[in-house]
Amino acid sequence: MATFATLAYLVAAVCFILAIKGLASPETARQGNFFGMAGMAIAIVTTLILPGALSGLSYVLIFAGIVIGGAIGTIVAQRIQMTALPQLVAAFHSLVGLAAVFVALAAFYTPEAYGIGRFGEIRAGSLVEMALGTAIGAITFTGSVVAFAKLQGLVSGKPLVFPMQHPLNAALGVLLLVLIIWLCLSNAPAAMWLIVLVSLALGLLLILPIGGADMPVVVSMLNSYSGWAAAGIGFTLENNLLIITGALVGSSGAILSYIMCKGMNRSIFNVILGGFGGEATTAGAAGGGERGAVKSGSAEDAAYIMKNAQSVIIVPGYGMAVAQAQHALREMADVLKHEGVQVRYAIHPVAGRMPGHMNVLLAEANVPYDDVLELEEINRDFGQTDVAFVIGANDVTNPAAKTDPASPIYGMPILDVEKARTVLFIKRSMASGYAGVENELFFRPNTMMLFGDAKKMTEEIVKALES
Amino acid sequence: MNPESISQSAADLATTARTLADQAAALANQTTQLAAAGAHEGPGFFVFGLTVFMLACFVGYYVVWRVTPALHSPLMAVTNAVSSVIIVGAMIAASPETFNFSTVMGFLAVILASVNIFGGFIVTQRMLAMFKKKPQPAKS
Repeated sequence: MATFATLAYLVAAVCFILAIKGLASPETARQGNFFGMAGMAIAIVTTLILPGALSGLSYVLIFAGIVIGGAIGTIVAQRIQMTALPQLVAAFHSLVGLAAVFVALAAFYTPEAYGIGRFGEIRAGSLVEMALGTAIGAITFTGSVVAFAKLQGLVSGKPLVFPMQHPLNAALGVLLLVLIIWLCLSNAPAAMWLIVLVSLALGLLLILPIGGADMPVVVSMLNSYSGWAAAGIGFTLENNLLIITGALVGSSGAILSYIMCKGMNRSIFNVILGGFGGEATTAGAAGGGERGAVKSGSAEDAAYIMKNAQSVIIVPGYGMAVAQAQHALREMADVLKHEGVQVRYAIHPVAGRMPGHMNVLLAEANVPYDDVLELEEINRDFGQTDVAFVIGANDVTNPAAKTDPASPIYGMPILDVEKARTVLFIKRSMASGYAGVENELFFRPNTMMLFGDAKKMTEEIVKALES
Repeated sequence: MNPESISQSAADLATTARTLADQAAALANQTTQLAAAGAHEGPGFFVFGLTVFMLACFVGYYVVWRVTPALHSPLMAVTNAVSSVIIVGAMIAASPETFNFSTVMGFLAVILASVNIFGGFIVTQRMLAMFKKKPQPAKS
C-alpha cells in the first residue's frame, strides 16, 4: 500500500511537470492546466485513502477545510480584475508560506503522525529540515503580505529605507542560525517559536526597502521561496511529491526573477538590498540638463499621422493598465488594420507589475497573441517603422539607458522607439517614470507628446480615425 | 541563432528533461524498494530526498525555460497552485487520534492550501481562456 501511494505521488509529480511544460505554447497551455488539476486531485485522493493515516473525525475536518478554502479561492479567483493579478498572486504566495509554517508546527508537536519520532525526541536532521521549511515559509508569508500591500497601494511603493538596515537584517539572519542550532540540540519548543518570530520579522524587513518598480522581481522571488518552503517541508515529511513540486516551483520562480533582473540590467543582490527608485531621483534630475522644446499634439494629429503610416508599433506600459485603456487601444488597432496599417505590439520584459502581466491584459482585450512580440523579436523593426505609439510606458523607452553611463537605468535593455520615424507618446504630464529618470525622448524633434489620460486620449484618436 | 538551431536546441532540452524525469522515476522506484526492505535509518532519506530534489531542480530548469514569455503570468499562477500540494502534509496533520494543537494547525493549513489550489487553478484557467485563438477582425 505504501508502494502504491509512492507511485501515485510520482504520477502526480509528473502531472505537475506536464502542467508547466504545456505553457510552452498558448495552444497546449489549457491542456497543461488540466494536468495540473489532475495531479492535485491524485495527490489529495491518495492521501485520503492512505491506510492508517486518517480517522473519522479527520475526514470531517479535511472536507470542511477543503470546502471552506475552496469556496474562498473560487470566489476570489472569479471576481479578480486582471489588473489586480500581481496583488492576487502575492496574496496566494503568502498563504503557501503560512501553510508551510502551520504544517511544520504540527509536525513538531505531533511527529508520530509522520513517523519522524516523538515530541521532544525528533532527530536533529529532521529538525534542521523542519526549521528551514518554517523559516522560509514565514519569510514568504510576511514578505508576500508586504508585497501585496505595496502592489495594492495600501503602503507607499517608495522604498522604505532606514539606518542600520543591512546590519540589522544580517544580525537577524545570524540569530536565525543560532536558533536552529539551539533547536537541534535541545528540541525546545521555545526555539521553534522564536524561529517563527524571527523569520516573520525578517520577511517584513527584507521586502519593505524594495521599491514598487522592483515588484516584478519580488513577486517572482517570493514565488520561488514558496517552492523552497514546500520542498523543505517535503524533506521533513519524507515525501517525494512535496520535494519534486517544491523544486519545480522554486526553480521556476528563480528563473523568472533572473529574467526580470536581466530586463532591468540589475543583479539580484542589487534588487534584494533595495532602495532603488528613491535616491535615484537626484541622479536623474542632474542628468536632465539639456532641455529642448517639447512638441505636443492633439488626438486628431495623432490619428492623421497613424492613418497615413504603413506600420505602427504600440508600446504599452503599466500606465495603460492603470488607465484601463487596453480595450480602447485594441479598437484603435482594429480601425488602423482596417485602413491597411500593419499594427503590432512590443512588450518589454518588465512591463507591468509581474512577468507576462501585459500579455494577459492585452489578451483580455482580445488582442491576438500573434501580434504581441517580445523585445528581442521586434526591436530591430523599429528602424523600418513609421510610428511608435507609446502608451503608459516610459523608462523602458529611455535612450539614456544606452547613452548615459551616469543614468541609474544605464545598461537596461530598452525598446528602440526613437528609431521610428515618428514617436507618439501618451502621458499625463512631463513627470518622470518609476525609476525617477527624465526621458530625453520627450525633447526629440520626431517625438510628439499627447498629454492626457491614456484611455480618453485613445478613445479620441479612435473617434478622429473614424470620422 | 536561426530558428532551426533554436528549435533544435529546444528539442535537445526536451530530450534531456525527459531523460532526467525517467531517471527520477527509476530512483523513486529504487527507494520504494529500499524503504520496503526496512532500511529506514538516520541519513537514509535525506540523501535520497536530496537526489530527487536536485534532479527535480534540473527538470524544472529545462521545462521553465521553454515556457513562452507571453505566458509567464499563468506560469506564476499555476506554480502557485501546484505548490499548495503542501496540503498533503496538512491533511496528515489534521488527523491524529486525539484532537490537539497539531490538529488545529493542520486544519488551518488545509483551508489555506485549498484557497490556493482552487484560486490558483481557476485564475490560471481564466487567463489561458483569453489566449484562445480568436477569429481575426477583418484584416485587410
